[in-house]
Amino acid sequence: MNVIVCIKQVPNTTDVKIDPVTNTLIRDGVESVINPFDAYAIEEGVRLKERFGGKVTVISMGPPQAENALKEAISLGCDEAVLVSDRKFAGSDTWATSYTLSCAIKKVGNYDIILCGKQASDGDTAQVGPGISTHLDIPQVTYVKKIEDIKDNKARVDRMTEEGYDVLETPLPCLLTVVKEINTPRMPSLKGMMKAKSAQVAKWNAGDIEADPKSIGLDGSPTRVVRIFTPPPRKGGEIIKGETSQIAQELVQLLKDIVI
Amino acid sequence: MASSITVILNKCTGCTLCVRSCPFGAISMANKKAVIDMAKCTLCGACVTTCKFSAIELKKDSPQGAPKDLSAYKDVWVFCEQKKGVIQTISFELLGEGKKLAKKLGVKLCAVILGHNIEAKIEELSHRGADKIYVVDDPALKAYLDDPYTEVLVNLVQEYKPEIILCGATVIGRSLVSRVAVKIDAGLTADCTGLDIDEKEKLLLQTRPAFGGNIMATIITPNHRPQMATVRHKVMKEAEIHKGHKAEVIRKKFPGASLKSRTTLLDIVEEIEETVNLAEADIIVSGGRGLGSPENFSVVKELAKVLGAAVGSSRAAVDAGWMPYSHQVGQTGKTVCPKLYVACGISGQIQHLIGMQSSKVIVAINKDPDAPIFKVATYGIVGDVLEIVPALTKEFKKVLKK
Repeated sequence: MNVIVCIKQVPNTTDVKIDPVTNTLIRDGVESVINPFDAYAIEEGVRLKERFGGKVTVISMGPPQAENALKEAISLGCDEAVLVSDRKFAGSDTWATSYTLSCAIKKVGNYDIILCGKQASDGDTAQVGPGISTHLDIPQVTYVKKIEDIKDNKARVDRMTEEGYDVLETPLPCLLTVVKEINTPRMPSLKGMMKAKSAQVAKWNAGDIEADPKSIGLDGSPTRVVRIFTPPPRKGGEIIKGETSQIAQELVQLLKDIVI
Repeated sequence: MASSITVILNKCTGCTLCVRSCPFGAISMANKKAVIDMAKCTLCGACVTTCKFSAIELKKDSPQGAPKDLSAYKDVWVFCEQKKGVIQTISFELLGEGKKLAKKLGVKLCAVILGHNIEAKIEELSHRGADKIYVVDDPALKAYLDDPYTEVLVNLVQEYKPEIILCGATVIGRSLVSRVAVKIDAGLTADCTGLDIDEKEKLLLQTRPAFGGNIMATIITPNHRPQMATVRHKVMKEAEIHKGHKAEVIRKKFPGASLKSRTTLLDIVEEIEETVNLAEADIIVSGGRGLGSPENFSVVKELAKVLGAAVGSSRAAVDAGWMPYSHQVGQTGKTVCPKLYVACGISGQIQHLIGMQSSKVIVAINKDPDAPIFKVATYGIVGDVLEIVPALTKEFKKVLKK
């Protein structure tokens, strides 16, 4: 079972603070971490390797410092790591990002399952996973909360829905995007940390993955950001004080129009 | 030539306005001049508009060669999601918003519905204001599957050429249109909370939150059609019902072989304990660790029952095993924006706030007056959640005569 896990390095959202004067994000000292949903994808990849053998290759597209995220993935049990990095990728939207990652995956080759987190915590689009599977023309299942079984070159998985879950069977190779419920990620082992220290992360640029220059970066992106702004922060309202029964009566009066 | 961004050094005064404007932390000052770190820059142009001295120049190439002829693309489409033959309410919200956009562009509003034995649903969409309804009725489309749904939508788009497609930011919607957009080289913007038309350029302006709502971005698709967007629940107003309204109906058939699916649906399991779906709920009552024990969650459930609300939960209560994950609100759970959100015994960590701070009215009940939840609450009550929530339930029962 050869697994490819796609990860993204994102700012740690617990650290995101807004400058009260300029109303913009304070980036200084914000730590970069593996996107929380990708941590579940890494764990699931490593578990598949433990169940069925094979290897786990982890890929990230991003700036040079994303190498740290890849090394962390190795400390968590991934075998090989690839950083896809090039200034030409700047300005990529989800179309161009999924195209670029699909080119890198083709270069890795020989995979059975591709795992992605359901979405990244900075962009929140959930579009890159399905984009990759479409560029590669392989089946996908999104929002996977359990891989029940894999046999006869088919995977049986549970996809989370708004009401519960669907049980689906998909032939391999396939792409799965995973949700938090799928597992509890392990901590890096000492052995893993040693391995990560000496691990060589392969570095591929646009030429290495034979990407069509017209389909990458800003030029390959159908969408354009025209404006970025900070919404006015929500202000706290009034605190209702008094005896419990008094509070309840007052609040019910205030909310009556919404509730009825 | 590729796109590029440059600081014109003799115009830069070192005022640092651009440094603060950059959402990606890519600009720093060196020798009192702005320096852009290209590894971090996404060419978004936020600094260009901020600079008062026109010292930053952004050259954007038109993507993928010369602009294509886009005039063949007309009409606003709404992908209407059905489950077990029931049209999801997000579709009515999109028809309401789609009508406004179609009016501004002077084009038709069209509904698209895929399913099996859905003939009876056509009238419902007609009453919601659709001018045209595309219907594909086939046993292979009974429940959602990626392959046949993608195939049908791609074919319809290629034949009828809409300029805009709106779809709910649901599990199905996000999976489906992500595939369609890649197949037809279209631009797709996720999770929009605001849509408008640029009157001059006739472009769809798509506004969406990023970084968990800490910043907003407006996105356009200048040179590709259709312009596609998924839209969050409960942000747009539902289309009104006009019983007399009649739409033109176009029924399409597809050969069975083209509707083949590589994945097979073996079972559909419904496991939400309460009957109300979180994403579609107008009111959500949520509980957290402040309730003290899993048994005490019953006070939250009782209030929800009286209000006809969905039950939500903080991550802490889910991790403690008090509630199933499907009820979790927040960064690693669901993002919701109901008309009323009642947080009971939830302290309001940033990851929780990200998932609910766009709710219209927020009520917070917590014993700690310094809990961050009070910073976003419209109405706050400092006190014992086990005393106040049952009192609220009792009072609502009286008013609602339940």
